[in-house]
Amino acid sequence: MARIGVFICHCGENISATVDVAKVAEKAGKLSGVAYSVDYKYMCSDPGQTLIIDAIKEHKLTGIVVASCSPRMHEGTFRKAAEKAGINPYFCEMANIREQVSWVHPKSDATTQKALDIVRTMVEKVKKNTALTPIKVPITKTALVIGGGIAGIQAALDIANAGHSVIMVEKKPSIGGHMSQLSETFPTLDCSQCILTPRMVEVAQHPNITLYTYAEVEKVTGFVGNFEVTIRMKAKSVDHSKCTGCGTCWQKCPSKKIPDEFNEGMGFRTAIYSPFPQAVPNKPVIDRDHCNYFQKGKCGVCQKICPAGAIDYEVQDEFLDVKVGAIITATGFDLKHADFFPEYGYGQFKDVIDGMMFERLASASGPTAGEIRRPSDGKIPEKIVFVACAGSRDKAKGIEYCSKICCMYTAKHAMLYKHKKHDGDAYVFYMDIRAAGKDYDEFVRRAIEEDDVHYIRGRVSRIYEKNGKLIVKGVDTLMNGDPVEIEADMVVLATAVIANQDAETVAQRMHISYNKHHFFAEAHPKLRPVETNTAGIMLAGACQGAKDIPETVSQASASASKAIGLFSSNEMTREPIVAVVNRQAPPNFTSCTGCMLCMEVCPYHAIEREEMKDRTGNLIKVAVKVNAGLCQGCGTCVAMCRNKSIDLQGFSNDQMLSEVMALLNS
Amino acid sequence: MHEIIPQHPAGTLKSQMEEATGVIVSHCYQCGKCTAGCPLNEEMDVRPNQILRMLQLELPGYEDKILSSLSIWLCLACDTCYSRCPQEVKLSQVMDFLRQESIRQHKVNPKAKDILSFHKAFLDSIKLNGKLHEVGLTIDYKLRSLNLMQDVLLAPSMMAKGKLAIFPHQVQNTKEIAKIFKRISEGTKE
Amino acid sequence: MRIGFYPGCSLEGSSKEYSDSLFAVAEKCGIMLEEIKDWSCCGASAAHNLNHDLALALPARTLALAEKQGFEEVVIPCAACYSRIAGTKQEISNNVATRKKIERYIDLTLEADIKILTVFEFLQKYIFPVADGHIVNKLNQKTACYYGCLYSRPKETAALEQIENPMEMDKVMVKAGATPIDWAFKTECCGAGFTMSRTDIVAKLSGKIIEDAADRGAESIIVACPMCHVNLDMRRPEIKKQLNKEINLPVLFITQALGLSMGIPADQLGLNKHYVPTDKVVTCIVKKEA
Ligand SMILES: Cc1cc2nc3c(=O)[nH]c(=O)nc-3n(C[C@H](O)[C@H](O)[C@H](O)COP(=O)(O)OP(=O)(O)OC[C@H]3O[C@@H](n4cnc5c(N)ncnc54)[C@H](O)[C@@H]3O)c2cc1C
Ligand code: SF4
Ligand code: SF4
Ligand code: SF4
Ligand code: SF4
Repeated sequence: MARIGVFICHCGENISATVDVAKVAEKAGKLSGVAYSVDYKYMCSDPGQTLIIDAIKEHKLTGIVVASCSPRMHEGTFRKAAEKAGINPYFCEMANIREQVSWVHPKSDATTQKALDIVRTMVEKVKKNTALTPIKVPITKTALVIGGGIAGIQAALDIANAGHSVIMVEKKPSIGGHMSQLSETFPTLDCSQCILTPRMVEVAQHPNITLYTYAEVEKVTGFVGNFEVTIRMKAKSVDHSKCTGCGTCWQKCPSKKIPDEFNEGMGFRTAIYSPFPQAVPNKPVIDRDHCNYFQKGKCGVCQKICPAGAIDYEVQDEFLDVKVGAIITATGFDLKHADFFPEYGYGQFKDVIDGMMFERLASASGPTAGEIRRPSDGKIPEKIVFVACAGSRDKAKGIEYCSKICCMYTAKHAMLYKHKKHDGDAYVFYMDIRAAGKDYDEFVRRAIEEDDVHYIRGRVSRIYEKNGKLIVKGVDTLMNGDPVEIEADMVVLATAVIANQDAETVAQRMHISYNKHHFFAEAHPKLRPVETNTAGIMLAGACQGAKDIPETVSQASASASKAIGLFSSNEMTREPIVAVVNRQAPPNFTSCTGCMLCMEVCPYHAIEREEMKDRTGNLIKVAVKVNAGLCQGCGTCVAMCRNKSIDLQGFSNDQMLSEVMALLNS
Repeated sequence: MHEIIPQHPAGTLKSQMEEATGVIVSHCYQCGKCTAGCPLNEEMDVRPNQILRMLQLELPGYEDKILSSLSIWLCLACDTCYSRCPQEVKLSQVMDFLRQESIRQHKVNPKAKDILSFHKAFLDSIKLNGKLHEVGLTIDYKLRSLNLMQDVLLAPSMMAKGKLAIFPHQVQNTKEIAKIFKRISEGTKE
Repeated sequence: MRIGFYPGCSLEGSSKEYSDSLFAVAEKCGIMLEEIKDWSCCGASAAHNLNHDLALALPARTLALAEKQGFEEVVIPCAACYSRIAGTKQEISNNVATRKKIERYIDLTLEADIKILTVFEFLQKYIFPVADGHIVNKLNQKTACYYGCLYSRPKETAALEQIENPMEMDKVMVKAGATPIDWAFKTECCGAGFTMSRTDIVAKLSGKIIEDAADRGAESIIVACPMCHVNLDMRRPEIKKQLNKEINLPVLFITQALGLSMGIPADQLGLNKHYVPTDKVVTCIVKKEA
């Protein structure tokens, strides 16, 4: 005979202000099978839990219902209390009378009645509960890091240094990401390459890290601790095990006029190329779209001259299957370009450039060797205009958000320009200066106070070109809205940070969610900022939203610590809320007839074929079984099964039906 | 011409404007891009973004300042502002509304007299003929604005070139147009 | 299909040559345009200043007449009329309540589903397919195509693909054998409805336009709007005073320029009606090589 205890929580006043909790407790006490019922201010508090434990012991309760908040909040708390009192934790159920009752209804008798109804359904359910034990699953202690920007690099190094293996997959021929393109970095103005390249080399040399460049993740299946990942290794056409990186091929390649992506199109590269001198690995790949051999069927120069015999035109994309326990997504961001702005010339003025182009111009490894020269004619500009919020905070252009980093890099750009051209004029058109990091506002003030950068509050309406000058039509809203027209030699647009073009595809492959701008979504904006909604997949860096380097690195280390935490035990316990196929004595074994309908509908591929054999090994029956490791407890199979052979533990047909009947019989 | 100016339900200038045009002034974040592109910004006594600012804040005296500004009459409805506004504020519609309200409240800036005379003469011509009669309009405008000498040199040469008709073209049934005017002026009083 | 034609007041008065040249070109190419019977003024730059309903009712009357007369398409060569009528059509078709109200005012019913063509859409659709056979001359000059505000804004009714740097008229000029220039004032405002009431402003705004075109070597300015034409052509004395220099850049309607390339006599195209003499435009012209 069941002896159920019911515990009604006030949740301070969250529940008791709308629901007559005393009445619910009183009526619940009269339900059949209920041996004890009480209400209390905070059930989740220490005294509240003690109250539950004592009641279980004193009244010899066989199951309990805690009527309070959502199980997402405190199911764990109350199940632990039940366990402490000596009963199986799965004999504890929660009735959600806060989110489903008190927060959504006004105070009234009907509200109290609804709370009671919910309590009654859970009482009926718990009577049918069975003892369950958590499932143990082994963990593959290897992490996959997707993306080799500073986020991926930091996460990979942290995990590898903690002693676990890491597989890094980078789409481009080299790791480094956007940071490798930057000149100097705010707020300290240290050289980006100088601080980044040691980390890149460390990744390449780390015994725990396997690096796959020019590769992409094709498919992800499995679950936390046990992901199966297919990696596409794009054909490099160069055998890196033979290649010594001597560079003979790219010096001789006749296909030379390919816009150099690393220098943002200012300059050219060859078809066989390594993107920049400090690239890791510093070995080339052939860009088949621009290679004469692949496009026109003739050339073959690189193969002829390669002293190591490393060139191989025949290789195809290869696929590699790996098993990993955790995944860190660090695929970074992209930038809008100047052609996004009709009013600034649709990108047709060569000297209207974006921030990343400016980085390349200011960079010692860039196309001008660090001298800031304008792209059209190579002249050093006497007057530069910087336009902040270009495309960001612009509903009309579809990007309402603030790109967060551009206020700072614009100040940096203006400063770098003034450092290199002391008598030049730098103007910044801005709406607000968002410089809220440590030492950030001081940095912007330095640009204004020490480097004499002119900040003008107002947006630029239009830019046009006349007599080799760019006429910038702006306004000074701090001067009564007076129009300001500047004849500039160069204009730098701080264009919006956007998600990568393939971000949506990547997210869908990983089964993680993303916002309408295709930035990946964290599980909780405040409390779980580095996890995704898919257990075991973490986020790092700008793929989640615009971020500067300090923030990127912090998030990368945070996500690494989540992976390391996961790897700290050999196995993982999972909720036993999984489907099971019933068992009967031989010769039936089970009522399952092996129709396999469930197998087709299971979204997690958790249902497997099972063969029943007699002692001598003769096949008697074919049925199915559930891989508890893969099952996510969605219940789709249960709905599908025609003869009720498969059921969901913890949410069985029987349990659900008794809940429904409890409502109907009220 | 006063009878054609619509009556708006009571309220502050901002609430009337939002009701009549659907423009929401809080959308404007005062970036000034409208003003930066406005072809008349240098002429204006109150800049386009400042008009919105005053509507946003509704401090004492602002309504009068807006309604008696010259700016609302200088605005050419060229829509440069709206086409570039990041927040998609339809400033030209705000200006339309403010002009009407300025007439209704008898607050038209004295310097805008000529502009207003022209609009009125224009509409009178339509009301009378259904189409614009340029000579009639010119004469009517000159009488209203007292700019009698302006363009007298141009007009005869235009007539000689066949560009100006001395007698108005008319729609077949001019009464129909007058009726539309009448129905609308009655409609405004509903 | 019958193509309707809405001249608007200007094309009957100060910009008669625009309508004359349009008809001359259409006739040459065997295209018939039929004037909407009993059309009335669209309210132009005045009505919207005084009453929004009036600004809708006036164009709506013409739309309703065109529908009643069975037109599926109407060509509106005047930019101001185009803008007013297209805007009215848009507002009325988006809002049933507004439509009902306006129908009551004009005492006519209205579907607002008629297709409105700008002059360059008309040229593109009806003249381009047959133009090559009729084009005998090369205009042989640098032209600055000036679009003004009313075709490019507001975005809801813009008739142009790239509103900040439109190319539609430029394409017509290439057909006519001219070289359209890249310039900065294609869609800047000319002063529009201030022709009479604030000539000083017109002089200032139009002056900048003419100056930029001249600076960049244009030999003529091409327009598709009577108001732009009046401001750029007839306000030269004021513009001269404003700029402190005389710029004798002629201003042609797009249909006049196209007509010249088809060998239609200048007088028939109304070139003699301009304030700024157009002889230079004509002397540039050469025969098209076969
Ligand atoms: C103009 C400019 C100036 C800046 N200046 C500064 C500064 O001075 N100081 C500062 O702190 N921050 C600065 N930043 C910000 C800084 O660049 C970013 O914070 C940082 O690069 C983010 O690193 P990330 O690794 O998240 O992304 P990224 O640098 O974008 O790296 C992502 C990596 O993932 C790879 N990848 C993408 N998709 C896939 C895929 N599907 N599969 C495999 N690999 C993939 C990419 O190839 C890339 O290597 C600046 C940014 C800009 C635009
Ligand atoms: S085969 Fe291709 S990559 Fe090699 S040298 Fe020729 S063009 Fe360059
Ligand atoms: S960071 Fe600054 S420049 Fe960038 S979008 Fe935000 S406010 Fe604008
Ligand atoms: S452009 Fe738009 S948001 Fe900016 S000040 Fe003008 S109306 Fe406001
Ligand atoms: S619509 Fe009026 S306020 Fe806006 S840019 Fe044109 S003239 Fe200025």
